[in-house]
Amino acid sequence: MTALTMPAAPEADASLRPVPWRRMAGIIWRQHRVALTGVAVLLGVVAVLIWIAGTSMHHSYAIAVACQPPGSPACQEADLAFLGSYGFLANGIMLQVLPVLIGAFVGAPLLAREIETGTFRYAWTQGFGRWRWALAKLVSLALAVTGPAWLFSLLLSWYYQPYFFSGNQSLGLTEYTPFFPGLFDLHGVAFAAWTLTAFAIGALAGMLIRRVVPAIAATLAVYAGLAFAVGGLLRGHYLTPLLTTSPNVPGSAWILGQWWTKGGVTLSHATMDHVFNSTMPTVAPTGPAVNGPAGKDQAFSSMLQYLSQHGYTQWTRYQPGSRFWPFQWIESGWLLALSVLLIATTIWLVRRRAA
Amino acid sequence: MREHRNILEANGLGKRYGSTWALRECTLAVPEGRVTALVDPNGAGKSTLLNLAVGLVAPSAGKVTVLGGRLPGSRPALDGIAFVAQDAPLYKNLSVADMIYVTRNLNRRFDRRYAEDRLAELEIPAKRKAGKLSGGQQAQVALTLALARRPRLLVLDEPVAMLDPIARHDFMATVLAAASADGVSVLLSSHVLTELERVASYLVLLSCGRVRLAGEVEALLATHHLGSLEELALAYLRENVTEVAQ
Repeated sequence: MTALTMPAAPEADASLRPVPWRRMAGIIWRQHRVALTGVAVLLGVVAVLIWIAGTSMHHSYAIAVACQPPGSPACQEADLAFLGSYGFLANGIMLQVLPVLIGAFVGAPLLAREIETGTFRYAWTQGFGRWRWALAKLVSLALAVTGPAWLFSLLLSWYYQPYFFSGNQSLGLTEYTPFFPGLFDLHGVAFAAWTLTAFAIGALAGMLIRRVVPAIAATLAVYAGLAFAVGGLLRGHYLTPLLTTSPNVPGSAWILGQWWTKGGVTLSHATMDHVFNSTMPTVAPTGPAVNGPAGKDQAFSSMLQYLSQHGYTQWTRYQPGSRFWPFQWIESGWLLALSVLLIATTIWLVRRRAA
Repeated sequence: MREHRNILEANGLGKRYGSTWALRECTLAVPEGRVTALVDPNGAGKSTLLNLAVGLVAPSAGKVTVLGGRLPGSRPALDGIAFVAQDAPLYKNLSVADMIYVTRNLNRRFDRRYAEDRLAELEIPAKRKAGKLSGGQQAQVALTLALARRPRLLVLDEPVAMLDPIARHDFMATVLAAASADGVSVLLSSHVLTELERVASYLVLLSCGRVRLAGEVEALLATHHLGSLEELALAYLRENVTEVAQ
């Protein structure tokens, strides 16, 4: 047996340059063109549908806004036509699944397929080096899904604009808070940030689970859990909510909670129901004239007047509509940080993990 | 100087999966310029040793170096070693031409003409998807890509296990041509001894995760007065078993 004494690696090793990063571009395209084309087609088809629906919705909105005098039967009809396009709101939920679909189907197979089919033994023994290979793929594909997602969200922002227009309330039209659950993350920059996060979750899940289909399922589950937790628990607390006793909270505000007090004591819902039911007949006029939305509004405001005269105070905890962009940046900022962390962890695993 | 270098050196090398040692206390030195057969009739030790040598897994104990003292997985090691894993994994949805493109761009050196000429010679269509090729063709494509990298060391894990006899013969002929013409060192594993007979000049015999025998095939045969690699391996394995039994 030859002696186990080895010279140190020769000096030539030090001058051995790494394979240039740019060489990965063509490789990534060849390997992921199906997935990337799929993303482009999916977003393109949905974009065309939204553009068609949006054009007609913006048109009926313009008619409703221009209508004179407000409240006339013709104008009520115009408002109804605008409201008719509300049906598309339901698609807000459908659009919610786009980031996770992109993330799960591009991110999860990225490493899971290599490991499942054994091609990682080929890829990780080439001169490029395994962690550089992983970094190049993850960063390029992250950009390749986040960019189109951001363009797509510009279209969504345009589409949903009429709902959030702050003059709607005074025009007698429906106004939504831009924080509306299910819509907040469809416009602004949050949509792109959520897409990036879904991709990063998918990549890490693929590396950990090592099989494509379970990795996709895990990505869908983790993403759904995160999205619900953020929407339901976290988002309202990015900035300290405001508190008001004014009954006229603007329509753009995101109302987090409302309650009544009397003499400094908070009243339960049951108590207030009782108060409402017992006083309603005394303050609100009845009869056929007050049926319809206008009559109900009138009854409600005389009710509020009665209650405030009798020492009841209504408290509202809310996030003002003006905080929309700060909230967008806060949410996108931490999602970006989370994605970077997930991608870094994935690369670290590729580098460290004994496969 | 070159002939004194060791293409692979292991010192107290061990790899453990959970509580099972796939390879333990492995100390050996494989000289450069040989076709080395790694034989392990009843275990995963050979595959583990090859995966350690190409840097796909990290050792649990001891040390392994390749190409004269380099760490597996380091840039010069990746640059100088081409690995064809078991079942010759290729990207099934890529064409043969795309596989050439990918391999060429993942490496500093790639002999494109060699790869294209050789695949043309084998009548493997460049536009065919790798997944549509026969097992023998896939193995040939993987081997061609590996050799076109002009490696100093070619590592083959169970290269012919899934191939029919003709494909086996063709595959081994390509390996031998590269070894004799270009001086490529070859390290290949197999659990079938007979097919190594013609090709191997150096033998490493593993059993139960340990090295039982290592040395030049001719010298080993002469010392033990045996005619073939198979007899030698069998004799040695039996001997070891009885030694343990006593």
